[in-house]
Amino acid sequence: MIELRRLTFSYDDHTAPVLHGADLTVHEGELMLVAGRTGTGKSTLLGSFNGLVPTFTGGRLSGDVLVDGRSVLHQPPRERAHLVGYVGQDPSRGFVTDTVEEELAYGMEQLGLSSETMRRRVEETLDLLGIADLRARDLRTLSGGQQQRVAIGAVLTMHPRFLVLDEPTSALDPTAAEEVLATLARLVQDLGLGVVVAEHRLERVAPFADRMALLHGDGTVETGAPADLLAHAPVAPPIIELGRWAGWQPLPLAVRDARRYARGLRATLGDAPEAVRTAGPAVLEARDLRVGYGHVVAVRDVSLDLLAGRVTAVMGRNGSGKSSLLWALQGSRPRSKGSVAVGGSDPARLAPDERRRLVGLVPQTPADLLYLESVDAELAAADGEAAAPAGRARSLLDRLAPGVDGTRHPRDLSEGQRLALVLAIVLSSDPAVVALDEPTRGLDYPGKAALATMLRAQAGAGRAVLLSTHDVEFVAQVADEVVVLADGEVVSSGPTARVVAESPAFAPQVLKVLGRGWLTVGQVEDAVREQVP
Amino acid sequence: MRRPARDLHPGAWWLWALGLAVAASLTTNPLLLVVLMAVAGFVVMLRRSDHPWSGSFRLYLVVALVIVVVRVVFRTVFSGVATGDVLLDLPVVPLPGWASGVRLLGPITVDSLLAGLYDGLRLAAIVVCVGAANALANPKRLLKSMPPALYEVGTAVVVAVAILPQLSDSLRRVRAARTLRGVPGGRLARLRGIVVPVMEDALERSVALAAGMDARGYGRSAAVPPAQRRTTGALMIAGLLGLCVGTDGLLDGNAPGWLGRPLLLGGALVALAGFVSAGRRVQRSRYRPDRWAPPELAVAATGVLVAVGGHFLIGRDYAVAHPGIPGVPPVTLAALLVLLVGALPAFVAPPAPAVGAERVSRPRREVAA
Repeated sequence: MIELRRLTFSYDDHTAPVLHGADLTVHEGELMLVAGRTGTGKSTLLGSFNGLVPTFTGGRLSGDVLVDGRSVLHQPPRERAHLVGYVGQDPSRGFVTDTVEEELAYGMEQLGLSSETMRRRVEETLDLLGIADLRARDLRTLSGGQQQRVAIGAVLTMHPRFLVLDEPTSALDPTAAEEVLATLARLVQDLGLGVVVAEHRLERVAPFADRMALLHGDGTVETGAPADLLAHAPVAPPIIELGRWAGWQPLPLAVRDARRYARGLRATLGDAPEAVRTAGPAVLEARDLRVGYGHVVAVRDVSLDLLAGRVTAVMGRNGSGKSSLLWALQGSRPRSKGSVAVGGSDPARLAPDERRRLVGLVPQTPADLLYLESVDAELAAADGEAAAPAGRARSLLDRLAPGVDGTRHPRDLSEGQRLALVLAIVLSSDPAVVALDEPTRGLDYPGKAALATMLRAQAGAGRAVLLSTHDVEFVAQVADEVVVLADGEVVSSGPTARVVAESPAFAPQVLKVLGRGWLTVGQVEDAVREQVP
Repeated sequence: MRRPARDLHPGAWWLWALGLAVAASLTTNPLLLVVLMAVAGFVVMLRRSDHPWSGSFRLYLVVALVIVVVRVVFRTVFSGVATGDVLLDLPVVPLPGWASGVRLLGPITVDSLLAGLYDGLRLAAIVVCVGAANALANPKRLLKSMPPALYEVGTAVVVAVAILPQLSDSLRRVRAARTLRGVPGGRLARLRGIVVPVMEDALERSVALAAGMDARGYGRSAAVPPAQRRTTGALMIAGLLGLCVGTDGLLDGNAPGWLGRPLLLGGALVALAGFVSAGRRVQRSRYRPDRWAPPELAVAATGVLVAVGGHFLIGRDYAVAHPGIPGVPPVTLAALLVLLVGALPAFVAPPAPAVGAERVSRPRREVAA
């Protein structure tokens, strides 16, 4: 049993405390889900379990952390390594060695375990996580899901009693996320580990959770059964929203339970209305596009039309060529075959300055574009770069995310605000096509809804919007068309409702529950409102 | 019968390569040097793995070639001897009096070219030997084989080595991202637009790595009694003092004899004791450490054999070791055989395991090229 008692944490005396009298108890053999809006202190709470907070964050922590009633508050992370295993947001950044086997052994070497014990535990862990065939592989050659499982294995070999994971599935495609979560469920079931998981995508983790801790944003933590807490939580997966709207009691967490409730609703709703969205002419035409580096072909003979006023989503496994496609369409990555035309000209043949008037791209790490000390400075620089009248970028930002303080440092903004800032900078050159690479990383549900509004507004202004993402719920909210890539080839494309209905891995929860082309709760609400005036 | 693939102890490869390098340093005979380089290249081709560092051998070959070319060019520009057949009769550039002894240009002769070539080949061969060791031995495993007291230093080097490719990755990413928002005015602003995000990224990575290592027990302290800690410190300081005073005594001709060699030796011994004592402080075990199995011993033995054999069969035979410039350099059968012993590791050592066999279908994190 590990307990956080009256935990209070603040970075300095002037700012409001991140945690304020937080109490939390985690028992062995249970999976605790930590949820809350962005910036409510989920990572801080997680880090205090093993001492990374305050050792690596600075700030002041008071209260107590107890393991079986014994205080470990003043022990640094290394002295708690055998008790609490911690897996950070990006596991590849925490890797110390370069092969899977050595990585699994690293923690045990630090504990000074005997050679035989290490051999035995490495083999057991390889089998437990189903990664035995990867043992000699170079860590950098692994896929995201494999890296995540190796990172979990690397702390499991120390036989900790608790496992703490910060957003373990946020960077993973739906299938890899399922695998990682199944692994976690097995650790809880078979080994009796206490597992603490913080996650934005509740739709993935909620069905596995035994209990849930909800951070309210004022520093307090509320614990309880997931169904009870989600009834009023500011963050809720679509299935909960549907349940709240329909008044189901108790709220279903899994699709299977919701289907049972939804029998009546399904009958009254009938088929979802065909989405009619007017679209303009094709803004970007790509034909037989091929992109490769070395022996690897990242994108293979893809043809694609982007229409003005349409939002198109590119989906697919990690490494299926989504990013490569976006960069090739933008023109910065050389293609080996095929043609791209935006309004008759090929962006790849233009100078970068003219290229970004045709296609604007927000990269996977938006912060790569930022280098100045304040939001105002960034916006002014963007005006200068685009030769636009002063204040243009500011007005763009105000339309995307109103009320961002101009004197703040871009790094201090929330993920959503930073994304809006970069989007405003990219839009300052008024491109005909806007592409976004994995824009939903780190966004909570309200953040994603805001982003969806931003993107729809851009489409409404006559631009073609293209985004690559793993987030099926976000695609259901925002996209008109979906292109699914596998191994660099288009395996299916068409209107969102049809494409996501075809493959269960990409189906949003509402579709899984209601079927018949229903994608979002908003859609259902609108339809019912029209039926009963 | 195929032997199971495994990585050889990196120390064995280094001993072998250093043996070859010693043999190379003994001679300027171009035929022998070329044979030596061929032997090193042959072993690398057969026994290198597909780890990233294995590709570095080509780089060393290029460096070796540059060394030979530079050496020959220098010989022609600052031609010292002007004997032998004249190939190209260049005029001597008159130099002022203070540069007497240096001759600029002048007739280029076959002899001067060959002398440059022979000399350059010797250095090139040594470079190729070091390159072979680098391509064959895993640098990280070499660091892992360091004594426990140097563990922290080894870890720091490993982390630094790992950071480099990450830094180039993030540099590439940021440069690609820069083109997405147009080019700011001045050079300084442009540089800043790349340096700031890359440094921020590097800093974040370092903190994440440090946190990851700490969370996994790096630097856990063993329970060391204070008495032992004090002993270790005292031994280290005493050893260091002995080394310093001893060196001074050895170099200072006026110092009494006992201040030289004896003190130096004693200081070294005391420091070594301190080292062992410090190593005990590290409570840490090693997962599957590299062992000195028969193949390792055999590979190391070939290196020693080439060096010792080279000393007696090449180094002692002046005509073979340093052939005169005109005429075909003489080669003895014994000298050739000694060098060919160096090729044995290609058969004695087990083949390297394929680690990146699946690299072709590598689902790499997508970054802009």
